[in-house]
Amino acid sequence: MLLLKLLLRNAFRQRLRTVLTVLAITIAILAFGFLRTIIDAWYSGVEASSPARLVTRNAISLTTPLPLSYKDRIKRVRGVRTVSYGQWFGGIYISEKNFFPNFAVEPASYLELYPEYVIPEEQKKAFIKDRKACVVGRKVAEEFGWKIGDTIVLKGTIFPGEWEFVIRAIYRGLTPTTDETQVFFHWDYINEGLKRTFPLRADHVGFFLIGIDDPKRAAEIALEIDGLFKNSLAETLTETEKAFQMGFVAMTEAILITIKIVSIVLIIIILLIVSNTMAMNVRERLSEYATLKALGFHWIHLSLLIYGESIIITMTGAIFGIILTFPSAKIFVDAMGTLLPVFHITKETILLDILIALSVGISSGIAPSLKAINVPVQSALTRVG
Amino acid sequence: MILFIRYNLRNLRTRRLTTILTGMGMAFVIFVFCSVQMISEGLRQTLVDTGSPDNVIVLRKGSQAEVVSVIERSKAAILETLPEIERAPDGSVLCARELVVLINLYKKDADKPSNVVIRGIGRNSLLLREGVRIVKGRMPLPGSSEIVVGSSISRRFKGLQLGDELRFGLRNWKVVGIMDAGSTGFSSEIWADIDTLMQAFRRPVYSSVVFRLRDRSDFLSVKERIERDPRLNLMAKREVDFYREQSEVMARFLRILGTSLAIVFSAGAIIGAMITMYAQVANRSQEIGTLRALGFRRREILMGFILESVLLSLGGGIVGLLLSSFLQFLEISTLNWQTFSEIAFRLRLSFGIVIKALLFSLLMGILGGLLPAVRAARLRIVDALRLV
Repeated sequence: MLLLKLLLRNAFRQRLRTVLTVLAITIAILAFGFLRTIIDAWYSGVEASSPARLVTRNAISLTTPLPLSYKDRIKRVRGVRTVSYGQWFGGIYISEKNFFPNFAVEPASYLELYPEYVIPEEQKKAFIKDRKACVVGRKVAEEFGWKIGDTIVLKGTIFPGEWEFVIRAIYRGLTPTTDETQVFFHWDYINEGLKRTFPLRADHVGFFLIGIDDPKRAAEIALEIDGLFKNSLAETLTETEKAFQMGFVAMTEAILITIKIVSIVLIIIILLIVSNTMAMNVRERLSEYATLKALGFHWIHLSLLIYGESIIITMTGAIFGIILTFPSAKIFVDAMGTLLPVFHITKETILLDILIALSVGISSGIAPSLKAINVPVQSALTRVG
Repeated sequence: MILFIRYNLRNLRTRRLTTILTGMGMAFVIFVFCSVQMISEGLRQTLVDTGSPDNVIVLRKGSQAEVVSVIERSKAAILETLPEIERAPDGSVLCARELVVLINLYKKDADKPSNVVIRGIGRNSLLLREGVRIVKGRMPLPGSSEIVVGSSISRRFKGLQLGDELRFGLRNWKVVGIMDAGSTGFSSEIWADIDTLMQAFRRPVYSSVVFRLRDRSDFLSVKERIERDPRLNLMAKREVDFYREQSEVMARFLRILGTSLAIVFSAGAIIGAMITMYAQVANRSQEIGTLRALGFRRREILMGFILESVLLSLGGGIVGLLLSSFLQFLEISTLNWQTFSEIAFRLRLSFGIVIKALLFSLLMGILGGLLPAVRAARLRIVDALRLV
């Protein structure tokens, strides 16, 4: 107890300096938590994917469609329970700034495959029954103030024209990591339009979504499906939903790596700041440490004093930083709107925050404590600040 | 003044450890600031260089990228009759109908595929792109299953060396040439003969039509003619503008990321400088008292300490700049969200970034040194001399 009191007294002796150092750590921990959470958001699609879902797409690339007729052949593969299909629509709501993902899908089977989109039963029925209907995520609905029954117009970028949809349902995510910024509508509705304008492009889908009975057989089933269409005009590539989502992450890996490097640099910077504070603290008190040594205190006591002080400083900063992470994340999420589908601070991030504070505290104590231990008593006592 | 600078420099040298720690902190901040800006600048510059100011690109109305654009043969034929188009040396119209498709290829070190642009090219495509040179081999022959590969793609992807064969669209394609397009988007593309490519992908339509204007200033009238024509439903853009727009989303994201990081990081660095400078003031109060007693005025003491902090931050800033200038050797590639395809670019340190970084470190120094300097200037001579 006495030790703790002494440590606190020491830590806050140079009040201004300590407050500033704590502030720097607070900011750094806050920023580190944010960067971590942004990286998590990048992987949110991967995290949210289920091992019991496969995605089949054209082997050439995602932008090349597959004929709808493949659906029945996929369904015949043993182990396949549900087959749904859809198409990235890429529609723009009023202006490009209002970005949210929007897909044309086969409604009944799609919702069956995604139990994590929670929709009230009567809304679900209304959505499935009405060909012009769409279901929107809670977050987009809030962002643009949409209510059930509203009509929205999306400008097609891949499918030319202006498309009208009626909001019949709003979904909520089952967990905090479920993306609530998406909009889904009937693939049939888009297809009917295409038959009139671009008959060549009709009856094609962007991807098939497959629910399987046994996740352990995923690789086997994927191979079997791809085998069906080998050497045909549109060869397929089937992978688990996780691998499919990972593909997107991998494509923008360079940016992800940049963010990771930046968060490491951040740790180095706080390490420098805390080391500097500790170096100054110890240098000023060198004669005190010499006195302690002269009184017969061991090097263990001295290190305890110095390490304890730096850990107290870093941990105080970390605690403030962690506490502040939550309200500022909320402000950030509100400001970003639908640009950020998922922003969820995980336990691991907080744990990592604490771990970093601890290790910065320890490593910035090393040099000063060695100095305090090794300095000859006499020279330290005669030294002038 | 010179005297003060020498005094400051000596002080920085005497408290070496503190100076180095604080300066390093500043250097890292500037390093991060520069590197994010350099990524954004490299991407922008690469896409801007891709376009040529005399060229016009025509796409389907409303499409933001070539991949989703569709132009029927009949419309392309109408476009080719425009009188403002330049002539090629052989007398033909300097205009190319092109098809852009994305295919999945694997990078040498990755197990996940990337989207690579395959461009079906016409006879005049190469003439329209002045920056593109064949460095090895030759161009594909019309009507053949041959491809020429961009140098940056050939370096980074599996099986794209001269003589290799690539399978897509139900046939094998032979790499007969490597093209170098400098630091433009074309270095990240693969080119094939358009008619063969249309056959292979069963696509009877083009993606875009590119032509060169005889006179740059004709653009507005040509644009209006194309966009007003009820038969076409197309839009025309200067090639430079088209490619610049493709970097916008990514550049904006990087800019926001870079700015917010810079603000947060500089807050940390300013605090670091403040800690150091406060300590300097406290340790040197006797010196300050002596200086004042010798007749130096408060304003000069204030300036002196701010100067010291600025020297510290500028030094850190220059080290950070030097470190980040090495990043120019780095080539990174990423998916461009707007075109959904792979683009490779080098990080670039522009003059503007250097100036911004120096100003930024200057600002950090002033902000970090201001409050401690005020404290130093406010000390009363008697107190300062008595303080131990």
